[in-house]
Amino acid sequence: MADDSTNQGIPDPEGAAAVIQTDYAIGQDNIETTVGPFGLDIHNPVFLISGLSIVAFVFFALALPEQSTALFGAMRPYLTSTFDWFFLGAANIFVIFCLLLIVLPVGRVRLGGADATPDYSYIGWFAMLFAAGMGIGLMFYGVSEPLSHFATSLGGTSVGEDGARTDWAPLGAAMGDQAESARLGMAATIFHWGLHPWAIYAVVALALALFSYNKGLPLTIRSAFYPILGERVWGWWGHVIDTLAVFATLFGLATSLGFGATQANAGLNELFGLPISSTTQVVLISVITAIALISVLRGLDGGVKILSEINMGLAALLLVFVLLVGPTLAILTGFADSLMAYVQYLPALSNPIGREDANFSQGWTAFYWAWWISWSPFVGMFIARVSRGRTVREFVISVLLIPSLVCVLWMSVFGGTAIQQVVQDGLATVTEAPLELKLFKMLAELPLASITSFLGIILVVVFFVTSSDSGSLVIDTITAGGKVDAPAPQRVFWCVFEGAVAIALLMGGGLASLQAMVISTGLPFTLVLLLMCWAIWRGLVSELRA
Amino acid sequence: MVPYSEKVAERDIQVFKKIMAPVDLAHSGHLEKALQCTADLAKHYGAEVVYVGVTAPTPSATAHNPAEYAEMLSAFAAAQSSKHGINASADPVISHDPTTDVDDALLRATRDTGADLVVMASHIPNVLDYVWPSNGGKIAEHAKCSVFVVRD
Repeated sequence: MADDSTNQGIPDPEGAAAVIQTDYAIGQDNIETTVGPFGLDIHNPVFLISGLSIVAFVFFALALPEQSTALFGAMRPYLTSTFDWFFLGAANIFVIFCLLLIVLPVGRVRLGGADATPDYSYIGWFAMLFAAGMGIGLMFYGVSEPLSHFATSLGGTSVGEDGARTDWAPLGAAMGDQAESARLGMAATIFHWGLHPWAIYAVVALALALFSYNKGLPLTIRSAFYPILGERVWGWWGHVIDTLAVFATLFGLATSLGFGATQANAGLNELFGLPISSTTQVVLISVITAIALISVLRGLDGGVKILSEINMGLAALLLVFVLLVGPTLAILTGFADSLMAYVQYLPALSNPIGREDANFSQGWTAFYWAWWISWSPFVGMFIARVSRGRTVREFVISVLLIPSLVCVLWMSVFGGTAIQQVVQDGLATVTEAPLELKLFKMLAELPLASITSFLGIILVVVFFVTSSDSGSLVIDTITAGGKVDAPAPQRVFWCVFEGAVAIALLMGGGLASLQAMVISTGLPFTLVLLLMCWAIWRGLVSELRA
Repeated sequence: MVPYSEKVAERDIQVFKKIMAPVDLAHSGHLEKALQCTADLAKHYGAEVVYVGVTAPTPSATAHNPAEYAEMLSAFAAAQSSKHGINASADPVISHDPTTDVDDALLRATRDTGADLVVMASHIPNVLDYVWPSNGGKIAEHAKCSVFVVRD
């Protein structure tokens, strides 16, 4: 329906920001209509194409499980082993680029124009960006990843018949040396959760924030491509970019939700003897989706922000508890030591070429980078949405450095405690436990285990909700052509759709193959992110001139 | 017969002093009836009108940024003022998530502007309004002042 408003075209620029001149009006391709009692305001054709192709892929995974597993399952290892140098090299560029933005004069550019004031307080802002960015991974990998790298490092290197390394240890391992294995293990874990992932998010978030708040383009992924594609971003180029972003976000969330439900089920089984069954898991997904639904209907301030703050509060409580009742002194010295080890091993770990530890650098690092990059449209767009009014310097420090430090602390406390249990007390329970139970096994050795384990379960659920609700908002905005005031039934649709896709894949199989496919989207997005760095630079320089 | 407005003047009673008129600049074509009604009431009671618009901080169909939105709303108020010969001003309100927060933003505006009457347009209620009240419906239910809901 054509709009009869006073001004549908973007008017002349005013204020301190250098607005981009374009004839495109936000919402000009949108279809505004009502279906029954529901009002709709959707982008044509992004909404329909994304929705239909997601349904098609779910059908493919369910109808032809073997073929889809063979196709997507093989695609991911192929990409991470063939393009490992590309992933590692690009991620290094993002880190260096972000660090440069802090020190160069462009750092003083303010998102939203020179006179803009921040929309959120530091606490609310940080809680939201952190809850969307790391979420559940911290719960599952906080204990398991440091332990895993510690064990492989301790085991030393081994070489197969073809001369290639068969062990999964990072770098040259540290055979038989417990202290050095612990350092290497922590350094490798922090490497995967520290500067690099956050630099990836920061690049996408900064590009979107800059091009929408300062340049006046719609808040959607395609806008970051305006300096490269020009007016073509409003056509099929843009449709493809936005659709791909919706695709990666929805499948990324749905497959994590599916896996998360099985993991949460295992935790509940361990704690309360709740049976491991698909019924329990479907109930879990439904409960998580229902809470996310309430959150998106209460909105960004009344729902998403409050939940993120609760989430941070609970996580901080668990962190402080483990820090205090665990080996406090060892953890604190471990924190400093891990940080030192990270700095020491960083050049070798991030080296993209001539690596001898192919299993580690391809199977762990390149996999992680592809994973973070495939999540970057979602997390980046969400961070952009809440970052108006910050200077670029403030933004990069808060999105890159502070979360990295929090991750170092988290990994030091949880991983450090677990390694301590293995080394000092000779406990094997944590090492032998399956991935999803490692956290609970570690907590079981500490006092008040039943309370902390319950808190752990609650955190798992809340972390999922905070990803699910922010993801639904992001998808809704992209499929509404960058409008943030689309009718509420649309966000309800995406939130429910995501839960439904998770349940369908969980019941019918296909979680693993579609998750592998999502990670494969990391490759094209890596190229996209490199181009974004250039676009950000151009955009910031023009802001300085304005 | 003495017109009512003169009677009001004679008795020195002003039933409404300040009228708040929420407007959606992206859909101002749908507002004609409500805008006319606002202007008539303002003239009748000699009340001033404050046009309130809610915008997101992100670029929208209407404006690039909140500052630009504020200027457009002021221009809108000035146009209404000269068209109807009323005393009008503009009050832009920023909401982080207008889809869900527009009602609360408007309710806050009724307090902040000190309006004693709200005149606003609303769609014709349908079945969804039982679970999901319209903006007009919610304002009428919760505002401390009088509310005049003008149906499409």
